[in-house]
Amino acid sequence: MLTIKNLHAEVEGKKILKGINLEINKGEMHAIMGPNGSGKSSLASVLAGRDNYTVTEGEVWFNGKNLLDMAPEDRAREGVFLAFQYPVEIPGVSNLNFLKTALNEIRAYKGLPALEAREFLKLTKEKQQLVDFHSNLMNRSLNEGFSGGEKKRNEIFQLAMLDPQLAILDETDSGLDIDALRIVSSGVNKLRDAEKSFVVITHYQRLLEYIIPDFVHVLYNGRIIKTGTKELALELEERGYDWLKEELHLKESV
Amino acid sequence: MINSNEIIDDIANKEYEFGFSTDIEMDIAPPGLNEDIIRFISAKKNEPEWLLEWRLKGFAAFKKMEFPKWQHFEMPALDLQALSYYAAPRKKKQLASLDEVDPELLATFEKLGIPLNEQKALTGVAVDAVFDSVSVATTFKGKLKEMGVIFCSFGEAVQEHPDLVKKYLGSVVPHTDNIFAALNAAVFSDGSFVYIPKGVRCPMELSTYFRINAQNTGQFERTLIIADDNSYVSYLEGCTAPMRDENQLHAAVVELIAMEQAEIKYSTVQNWYPGDKDGKGGIYNFVTKRGICKGAASKISWTQVETGSAITWKYPSVILQGDHSEGEFYSVAVVRNKQIADTGTKIHHIGKNTKSRIISKGISAGRGDNSYRGLVAVGPRADNARNFTQCDSLLIGNQCGSHTFPYIESRNKSAMIEHEATTSKIGEDQIFYLNQRGIDSEKAVALIVNGYVKEVLNQLPMEFAVEAQKLLSITLEGSVG
Ligand SMILES: Nc1ncnc2c1ncn2[C@@H]1O[C@H](COP(=O)(O)OP(=O)(O)O)[C@@H](O)[C@H]1O
Ligand SMILES: [Mg+2]
Repeated sequence: MLTIKNLHAEVEGKKILKGINLEINKGEMHAIMGPNGSGKSSLASVLAGRDNYTVTEGEVWFNGKNLLDMAPEDRAREGVFLAFQYPVEIPGVSNLNFLKTALNEIRAYKGLPALEAREFLKLTKEKQQLVDFHSNLMNRSLNEGFSGGEKKRNEIFQLAMLDPQLAILDETDSGLDIDALRIVSSGVNKLRDAEKSFVVITHYQRLLEYIIPDFVHVLYNGRIIKTGTKELALELEERGYDWLKEELHLKESV
Repeated sequence: MINSNEIIDDIANKEYEFGFSTDIEMDIAPPGLNEDIIRFISAKKNEPEWLLEWRLKGFAAFKKMEFPKWQHFEMPALDLQALSYYAAPRKKKQLASLDEVDPELLATFEKLGIPLNEQKALTGVAVDAVFDSVSVATTFKGKLKEMGVIFCSFGEAVQEHPDLVKKYLGSVVPHTDNIFAALNAAVFSDGSFVYIPKGVRCPMELSTYFRINAQNTGQFERTLIIADDNSYVSYLEGCTAPMRDENQLHAAVVELIAMEQAEIKYSTVQNWYPGDKDGKGGIYNFVTKRGICKGAASKISWTQVETGSAITWKYPSVILQGDHSEGEFYSVAVVRNKQIADTGTKIHHIGKNTKSRIISKGISAGRGDNSYRGLVAVGPRADNARNFTQCDSLLIGNQCGSHTFPYIESRNKSAMIEHEATTSKIGEDQIFYLNQRGIDSEKAVALIVNGYVKEVLNQLPMEFAVEAQKLLSITLEGSVG
């Protein structure tokens, strides 16, 4: 579904991604871990099409289409969803109105008619229950005055509503207490199916106890330096990243 | 021997004088502002002596006045002698087809969904088909007449209802009010007149159905609306479609009079040519709008959506004279490129228990400069006066400006005046967030802006609000990113 080949990107003249290779198939759950500043959010931003990043080398293919050629909104309409590490607040725009607009834009792109008000509300109710999202947040302005946890849960609720093919969750677990973490992960697990793929960016192994990944990648200094399965996450939790860095330096000095 | 130049001058002057008599047809008067042209306009319109005198008093006042200096922009050099002050109706050059119209303008019409015939009328293309809206208008005119509502051009009112005009003309905006009002008094071309009799609730929004025929009222429009006891009227001025306009200076005057328990709602969507990217060629809009709540428990509310003009200078005001009367001002003012808006309101609380509410939403993009200027004055007799002011600014990009100048003058201790102000900015991260959810940048801006102006647009009649919303998103197109 998603193929990243030798992806290099920079921001403000600074090289951040230095040759990422990644293959994600339908239905897979990938976790990306790595120390702060290693480029995890940058990778998510580049995939989503944030324009302050410049891709200097490499390719990204999504369902046979060149993702890097597409405007950010078209990537979203094609089915790439990013749950932001820091969701922004948009005063004056109600959550509900925002979602209706987003959903109908995506539907229009796919040649589907806009959802009627009744169907839309029905869908909203259904998804609210699925991810346990408070209905009193629906009529509020988008993320305005939401607590950190509420913002993250709103991201997962939007994910449920927009039903993308590829969901990238950027540190959705950070700032969540254990109950919220459970709710969010159970929401994600309910959304998992054979057609959907996930990339879960996280610092903590904790999340991966709830959301079991098929693959775990370690991103360091703009490169994926190790790939393994869920056991790798446990090992990282125990030993930290230093041993990996050393391993890397050894390899590089050979 | 007489110098031949003198002879030529003489003849020229003669012709000039002669030219001002009514029996000679003339499309456009030669440029220049003087008593002769005022007499000529008045004669052309077959006006009674008292009106000519009033015009001349306006001119005398005008000559003694200077251009204001307090606004937050540099007043452009206006050469009032270079303008022509009379043009026969329908002076706009007729174009043969829409092919001759600026394609950018046509694209805007497309987006607004303006029907082809209306497009033609607005751009001055000759049309032979009869508009639906015109026949609708005629039907409604009959109905209004039955109810005793007078709704006609100012010129017609002078002929048909001179007593009403004489009684109220200049009673809210005197000919000495300010230099632009004085100029308007001297040379006003035409405009609208509305009278709603006692106890009548006008059954339709006045002027929606008339948006085509009401064009061409010229650059010095004058509107007078009188709502008698217990009556109600909602009046819509302007049109959401951009108009072809050859006049650079507009100096209109609007006077509203609400008698006991009467209510007047006055809505404007102003979308005149703002000039090119550098502000060249745009309209200067210097308007004086004022209403008086004369009777007890009367109400006047102004709603304006200002998106056009190179310079907008206007402060629709309400004088709350009657006890328990209410005034409202709802405004959205948008500037982009090098547009300037200095707009706001003045509310004078004079009667007891009077209330006012001011909601101003400024939007600045590009290098636009937006100023809110408001005055809330409470007189010594105005016990328990209440005012609430909310004054918000939204910035798009880094080069625009926004300023607020709220003035409060209270001479009554029981007055309660509240003022709130916010400034916010549409950030790239907000746009990107919406992009990431499948919403393109244009729609994203529209979504944010519509959320921001909702409270004001809600005041407009439904149909008008929808058009205003579209207009806002078109106006701001391309202002992000
Ligand atoms: N807009 C920016 N300008 C300059 N440097 C940036 C910008 N955004 C990110 N970076 C830098 O890119 C590197 C990777 O950041 P990020 O992708 O946020 O890491 P992670 O998500 O793995 O913590 C960091 O060194 C960070 O400082
Ligand atoms: Mg990050």
